[in-house]
Amino acid sequence: MKSRVIVITSGKGGVGKTTTTANIGTALAMMDKKVVMIDTDIGLRNLDVVMGLENRIVFDIVDVVNGNCKLKQALIKDKRFDGLYLLPAAQTKDKTAVSPHQMKNLTNELRKDFDYILVDCPAGIEQGFKNAVAGADDAIVVATPEISSVRDADRIIGMLEASGLNNARLIINRLRSKMVKRGDMMDINDILDILSIELLGVVPEDESIVVSTNRGEPAVMETTSRAGGAYRRISRRLIGEKVPMLSIDEENLNFVDRFRKILKLAR
Amino acid sequence: MALLDIITRFFAKDNVSSKDVARERLRLVLVHDRASVSPEFLNQLKEDLIKVIREYLEIDEEALSVDLENEEDSIALVANIPVKGFKRAG
Repeated sequence: MKSRVIVITSGKGGVGKTTTTANIGTALAMMDKKVVMIDTDIGLRNLDVVMGLENRIVFDIVDVVNGNCKLKQALIKDKRFDGLYLLPAAQTKDKTAVSPHQMKNLTNELRKDFDYILVDCPAGIEQGFKNAVAGADDAIVVATPEISSVRDADRIIGMLEASGLNNARLIINRLRSKMVKRGDMMDINDILDILSIELLGVVPEDESIVVSTNRGEPAVMETTSRAGGAYRRISRRLIGEKVPMLSIDEENLNFVDRFRKILKLAR
Repeated sequence: MALLDIITRFFAKDNVSSKDVARERLRLVLVHDRASVSPEFLNQLKEDLIKVIREYLEIDEEALSVDLENEEDSIALVANIPVKGFKRAG
């Protein structure tokens, strides 16, 4: 299988890039794919804590590009899933410690061993962004249903196109169905109309994300998590399965609710 | 919609839902972003327009407005230029 390098980006900070990377990476590994997640947010690394792997970091991405260690030495193997690895960012350097050219070489090196190389992009449009997109084949843009986030997503889509990534797909994160129904939050179609890119999936606002981040266990591992379920469906779409888009109401059902619904239908 | 929501909306300043406000504001801001038009750019354009039009017409420079607008998927440069009077043909 040909490996894919996918950058997860948003422009605006705090919309869920790292959570998205951790959940998609874990879900792909749960489907027996070989996955490496690269944290490119040098100076503000977080993918390690979201994954619960923060105590196992010895070397980081800057050590690798500077030749202080071998690439394999810096890769942290996940304790729960066999094919899942993390390449952490450096915490003490800044974004100029790595160049786009070095990133491209790094991702090409990883293609030899992995099916999916997920690149968690930092917020902003400066060097960190340029590094993250340098070696990418595909892009996932994460946006929340807020003016500021959608505006930044639009800018980022333009910048991705300028770097030759014309196939970006959108994840709408933290959608609150109650607010949408009241007319106090933009809905999926409003956002798609404005951004005119393909939708990869919608993730409902869900407290289970906070809990899973507290524990360092991605929500996709939790069968009853609504957001986790949404990320599992997104990951299946990513590997090419046809998974129908659910309405917000359906996305909002958790595992138990779905079971109840089936029982009701059967009655 | 819950009764409380309906009542709240009834007493609210206007009946436009906040998401429609958001969508329209977003559309407008993106017109500028996408055209990479800065306020300085528009000001420069406005000043140049005044210079040219002043040669032919007496205009109300204070009230003159120039802006980009988004109309049915196309972008238009809309200028509103109040005319005070015509210059006599020399």
